[in-house]
Amino acid sequence: MKASPLAVARLVMARDLRLAFRKPSQLLQPLMFFMIVATLFPLSLTPEMSRLRDAAPGVLWIGALLSSLLALEFLFREDAQDGTLEQFALSGQSLTWMLFAKTCVHWLLTGLPLALFAPIAAAGLGVPAEAMWSMVAALALGGFALSLIGAITAGLTLGARRGGVLLSLLTLPLAVPILVFGADATREAIMGGTILPQMQILGAIAILGVTLAPLAAAAAVRIGLE
Amino acid sequence: MATWTWFHRFGSPPWVYGFAARWAPWFGGAAVLAMLVALYGGLVLAPPDYQQKDAFRIVYIHAPSATMSMAVYSTMAVAAAVGLIWRMKVAHAAAAACAPIGAWFTVATLGTGMLWGKPMWGAYWVWDPRLTSELVLLFLYLGYMGLRAGIEDPQKADKASAVLAIVGVVNLPIIHYSVTWWNSLHQPPSRLIGEADMDWSMVWPLLVMFLAFFLYFGWVLLIRLRAELLRRERNASWIREVLA
Repeated sequence: MKASPLAVARLVMARDLRLAFRKPSQLLQPLMFFMIVATLFPLSLTPEMSRLRDAAPGVLWIGALLSSLLALEFLFREDAQDGTLEQFALSGQSLTWMLFAKTCVHWLLTGLPLALFAPIAAAGLGVPAEAMWSMVAALALGGFALSLIGAITAGLTLGARRGGVLLSLLTLPLAVPILVFGADATREAIMGGTILPQMQILGAIAILGVTLAPLAAAAAVRIGLE
Repeated sequence: MATWTWFHRFGSPPWVYGFAARWAPWFGGAAVLAMLVALYGGLVLAPPDYQQKDAFRIVYIHAPSATMSMAVYSTMAVAAAVGLIWRMKVAHAAAAACAPIGAWFTVATLGTGMLWGKPMWGAYWVWDPRLTSELVLLFLYLGYMGLRAGIEDPQKADKASAVLAIVGVVNLPIIHYSVTWWNSLHQPPSRLIGEADMDWSMVWPLLVMFLAFFLYFGWVLLIRLRAELLRRERNASWIREVLA
């Protein structure tokens, strides 16, 4: 029997959320990684706040990009290993919607918390308090787009023996636009300007991702499972 | 349906193998001929540029390489899509054969660009939008080849890399646009040569060189395609007949 795609997506989301909260350490790891990366920059660059503020957009976005890459490993791999993805594919329900639900949960558990915790790291890098909300909004939206792109590449590397480095090699070039517009929004926020144009473009990338990425991810996962 | 019979023949590895063997020398001969004509026109007949002197002549390699680096990527993506949609083995083999050629064209573009940049801009590397998107293109090629190499099952590797090539084609314009935006905030875009100012004696060798590079691509693609087919079909009976 074919259930409505939204009902299926809701079930998958509930399942993934429940599983994730039973393994909280896995949720914290990308956040801790992000914090450590943000700490390394003052140590390697300069402790001087005014110079750190110039580097802050790059530091925050590269940190976010790398920690989202790290979290991407968890998106499909465990479910592929224990056969859950295979059951998804065989269930006769829409795999596209199921993977879209998984991607949304992945963002809720990694991209969104990272955006919410980023002000702590940002304050340490000399980002003024007025810029925080804009920065959080840009990181949250950009993180969603990153998760969508990551769903495709994580699906593609399912069939590979060792996914780790390959996953980065595939994901990072595709993430260039998000990095460019996201870091630019943060820079603009620090300087006190409007981030509306950058947010609109990030939003456009996210919408394009919502429409195309789940389809490509479903195709990729099916190939990986064959 | 005469139009479809020729298309179906391209789905047959033995036929394509023979086709490639027949056509490769023609492409090769024409490419070498066009290249010699263009080189003579570009290096001997064309006058030196009034500003860049003889350094401008690197454009005869640089511009065709840059065009090919992108044209090969789209060829690869189209071949990959054909392979994915119609499940044509030969199309996947063609896509696999395209990747290293395109990657080398990209390297040639970057290399000649750097050699030209040193005397002209005073630096081998400038974060110009075109240079940067070309570099990202190289990473896309490397990622494509990395994915192919990373998956053991050849059919899986074909399909997964095909999806990646298609995703890359959707993303390439966005990457190019984002890099242009990013750069426009930091420094004025550096113009290469104002093409409208070029004299005809400089332009025609360039046009011939474009043609030569296309032919060269066809030539190398056919050779690589044959090698790819031999490797993939090594257990098929037609190979024994062909090689006997």
